[in-house]
Order: sequence, then C-alpha cells, then structure tokens
Amino acid sequence: MSEDKQGMFGAHGTGDTSGYGGLVASAASAGSAQRPFGGYFDQVTDDLERAYPDFADAIERVVVDRGELTLHIKRERLVEVALILRDKLKFEMSMGVSGVHYPDDANRELHAVYHLLSVTNNQRIRLEVSVPDIDPHIPSLVEVWAGSNWNERETFDMFGIIFDGHPGLTRILMPDDWQGHPQRKDYALGGIAVEYKGAVVPPPSDRRSYK
Amino acid sequence: MSTYADPYASSRETTEGTVFSVTGGDWDSLVTEIGQAKEERVVVNMGPQHPSTHGVLRLVLELEGETVTEVRCGIGYLHTGIEKNIEFRNWTQATTFVTRMDYLAPLFNEAAYCLGVEKLLGITNDVPEKANVIRVMMMEFNRISSHMVALGTGALELGALSPMIFCFREREKVLDIFEFISGLRMNMAYIRPGGVAQDLPTGTVEKILATVKDLRHSFKDNEKLLVGNSIWMKRTEGIGYLDLAGATTLGVTGPVIRATGLPLDLRKIQPYSGYENYKFDVVTADTCDVYGRFLIRINELEQSLRIIEQCAEKLKSLEGAPVMVADKKIAWPAQLAIGADGMGNSLSHIREIMGTSMESLIHHFKLVTEGFRVPAGQVYSAVESPRGELGAHVVSDGGTRPYRVHFREPSFNNLQSTSAMCEGSMVADIIGAVASIDPVMGGVDR
Repeated sequence: MSEDKQGMFGAHGTGDTSGYGGLVASAASAGSAQRPFGGYFDQVTDDLERAYPDFADAIERVVVDRGELTLHIKRERLVEVALILRDKLKFEMSMGVSGVHYPDDANRELHAVYHLLSVTNNQRIRLEVSVPDIDPHIPSLVEVWAGSNWNERETFDMFGIIFDGHPGLTRILMPDDWQGHPQRKDYALGGIAVEYKGAVVPPPSDRRSYK
Repeated sequence: MSTYADPYASSRETTEGTVFSVTGGDWDSLVTEIGQAKEERVVVNMGPQHPSTHGVLRLVLELEGETVTEVRCGIGYLHTGIEKNIEFRNWTQATTFVTRMDYLAPLFNEAAYCLGVEKLLGITNDVPEKANVIRVMMMEFNRISSHMVALGTGALELGALSPMIFCFREREKVLDIFEFISGLRMNMAYIRPGGVAQDLPTGTVEKILATVKDLRHSFKDNEKLLVGNSIWMKRTEGIGYLDLAGATTLGVTGPVIRATGLPLDLRKIQPYSGYENYKFDVVTADTCDVYGRFLIRINELEQSLRIIEQCAEKLKSLEGAPVMVADKKIAWPAQLAIGADGMGNSLSHIREIMGTSMESLIHHFKLVTEGFRVPAGQVYSAVESPRGELGAHVVSDGGTRPYRVHFREPSFNNLQSTSAMCEGSMVADIIGAVASIDPVMGGVDR
C-alpha cells in the first residue's frame, strides 16, 4: 500500500466525490453575543454585574448560542464568581464538570465546562474556563458545590486538568497506575484490526473519516 | 510449577495440572488478630463482587464495632470508554453506544443524546409530533421497567425475596412491549437524531393499553407486599438520611432529592419532547430516607401509566404520521421493518434503492457511510431519567462525528452521597441506602 494514495478516486480532503456533503461551514465557535441576549440571559448577566463589580475583568466573553448562555471566565476569578452565582443568583446546583480538549486552540487547549442549575429561578447557565496545556491548573469548586468532587476527579482523570484545592484529586474511572488521560485528542483510541471472511476491518480510529 | 504455598489458595496436583482452590482469608486468624489490636477500627472491603452492591461497586468501610465511621466508594470497574468511542463514529451510530451506558434506562440515554444533537442541528421543533409521542411513551415504559429493577433488587438486598419475583414479572411485560415496537428488549437504539428508528407496528395502541391495564392490576400486588410492611419499615425508615441541603450541594437529583420534599422533575420544570402536554403529578416525600425514596418509586409507576394512556390516546389520531424529520439529509434511510424473523431492512426500500433509483442508492450510501454534518457549537440537554437528571453535553466541530460528548450521569452524582447517608449508621443499613440511590454502574462508569 502506498502512503500517498488515499481516499476513493484519488480525492483528497473529505473524499467526497458526490458533492453530497455540500459546502463546509467554518468550524469557528460562536462569537461573543451582543445585548439583548434574550430570555432570562440579560437578567442573569445584569444581576451578576451588579453583584460582582469586576464582571468586565473576570468574564472574557458572553456567548449565547442555541438558546444557552455561556460565560467564559478567567480561572483566577472562577471561585469568586461561583460563590456569587450560588449565593446571590441562586444557582444552587452544579450539574458537573465536563472537559473538552481543543488541541488547535493555542494556549487555551483545555476547557472545563460547568453546567449550573438554579432550582429557585428555573434557569441554567454554563461557565467555561480555558487553560493552556502546559499549565493545566484550575481552582477547585468543591468548596462551593460539594458534588464537584467526583466530577473534577473525572475531568482530571480524562483530561489531566489539575483542580487546585481539591481534597483528593486522584483517578476515578481509570486504574490508579494508568498512563495518560484518555479523553484527550492526542490519546489514541486503540483497537486492533479484525479479520472477517478474508477481509480485514481496521480499528475504528483507522477507518476512513469524512472530517 | 511453582512450589510457593499460598495460604489462601491451596493447590493439588491433577491430571490436568495444578488446581488451586481459592478460599479467601482465614476468618479465625483474622478474629484473633483483631482481638489483639488496641483499637476497635476495622477496615472492610465490600465489593466490587458483592451481591448487594448493585453491580461492580466497591465500598471501603471503616468500622468501629458495627458502626460505620467512613465510607469510600471505588468505581471505574465498568468503565467502557463510551464517550471516547463515539468520537470515532458518526452522529447516528453513537446512539448504539450511549444506549448501553445506563443499561436499565437505555431510552433515556438515547433521548438525552438525540435531543442534544437535534438542538445542535436546530431541528428541535421539526421533530414530528408522532415521534415525540412515541419517545414519551417509550421513556415512561422504560421508567417503569427501571423502577421495577430498583424495587425488586432493593427488596432482595434487604432480604425480601418475593418482591423480586413480582417486579421482574412486570418488567418482562414492559420488555415485551419494547421488543414488539423496536425489535429489541434492551439497548435498542430506537430513538435517533430526528425522530425514532421506525414506525409503530399495527396493533400497538391496543397492546399497550392492555399492558397498562395488566400492570396497574399487578402493581397492587407489589404494593401490598411492602408498603406499610412493619419489617420493611424497620429496615428503611430513618435510614440513609439525606436532607435537601445535602442533596443540593452534592448535585443529587431524582427520587433521592424528591424524597426531601423538593418537586424537582425536569419533565415539569423544563419540559422536552412535549411533556408539557401531559397531565401527571410529581411525586415527592418528606422523609429524606430510604422509605421515602421507595414510596416515590412506587407512586411514580402510576404516574407513568397515566402518561402512557395519554400517549395511546394521541397515537390513535396519528396513524401513518411521520416519525422522522422530513429533511432527507438528516433522516436516517434505514427504513426498517419487522419481518417474520425479527427486525431488518424494509424490502420495499431495498427494492427501491437496488432496483429503481440510483439516486436513492447514492443517498443511502453517502448518509450511512459518511453521515450528516452537525454545525459547530455546544449544547447541554437534560432529561429526567429514573435516577435523576441525565444530561448530555454535546460538542460539535462541524464534522460528521461528535467532537466530544459528556454525560452527566445521575447515578454518578447520586452515588457520591453514599458517604453522607451512611457514615454513623450500622453496616447493614448501607445496603438499604445504596439500594435507595439505585446506582447503575454502567452509567456511573460509562
């Protein structure tokens, strides 16, 4: 097998020869939103600005996309803002932390995404913190929402984000002596080729992809 | 052959080779050892292979006599890497993976994921009404089958054997409905982005109404066994106490938080799939204990039956209506049909793509091999699963595969409350407390 021959009919890129895939829109993430944000988002951001005078410095971006509000927040301000969101804006519950690895987002490779729920006001918002791969430290929110404990351990386990101040940041899903952080994009899926009736089916990560 | 003598695995020679008999620790020497120790503290490992820990949950217990002073959960024994795996499959294939997370509530996993994908695609309002009604009906049936396992195994673990037999009998009836509609009893990947995999077979409404009637009758048997039963009350009342403040900060949802008196039910407060069009009550209790959670599950069964009856009523007027979005660039061209030998491809669809329409064949091929593209962005979609808020954080980079999907599993968050519920209680009460959380390890570990 020659290395430079790939895809069907010598096509490069998507391998799409039918035109079915159509035009590919750029994958840029949603830009900052302009007021009015709509719904309860204006009221939430107003309340947060009133309760937290350093709002402009702490919040890097406000994104409203598909009916959801995301506050991109500086990591050093995370705990302060979380406390105000919990106590003043009644976001009583944290629905957990989810990590996302964007290897192409220079100096902001690792994102931690917090989903907050206000039972009192029946509102949801999302906090997003981005840190560089070489300095993956984020302050822990266990003191704010005790339930963040396992969620932060999971995000550490899967992405290698270190939550400073966590009472016991150890692996939770993978074995304690595991090497690497499986959900990162530079961590291979693994798998072996399987032979079936003479044909060889490659592992999922080696199959043709239509990115 | 090694001549090393293991005190816990004595060996003998047979014609097949050396056979080891693993016997575990020597109880007598353990007791002697503890008797000589100055402190009363004993560390006991419970699980991961223990009949009463609901699957592969490991509990590390520190005991002072029979009182538990510290509980730590060890999880991860059932980690399957589903979130990683679906990054290498297309958006539709991922449903077959997520359905296997919380294996007692497959339809909820699919629903949370598909609602997220639909939100990213911007087609939430284009999902046909019939698909929404079917989703609600299937989810409510699934809630019943899941609660049946929770109640049956919960009782079994506390030593009541009969409820298990009754509950699994009722669960079979629900699984029969699943098999009738989707072709599969579990892990059916029936809910797909844009709708459901295939239309209901003829006679569904009559069948589900008959099953509802049957279930309502048999649930009464179940109730008689345990509700108000004095032995059951002694094992459950005041056990596994977790109040509203504790549940809130720990992110606990589902029956456990509803047992503290808070009517937190996403079907009511943030309806999806048309739940706002159904009449049902949110069941709560104010006891904060195992008995309250048990009562909530018992009473939620009737609410689910109510919703299913309303679904059946709606389905009567939706005969022949579409169950998948009209956009053929998204709607999976599976066109499945249930034949004499189970579910398979619809013959009329095969005839069309192989015999009459080259374009249909190309379309089918491209959509199945390549899949559809989902615009870049991230969403969070949540459904009320039998165990609480099941959320899917779905991230797309604009490609044909999920960029990252994270599931906020209710079992995972609820299990954290084990320490808060059990520390200070008796060893035997841990079993009741864990059973009342109803963790499913497939969901916890994913």
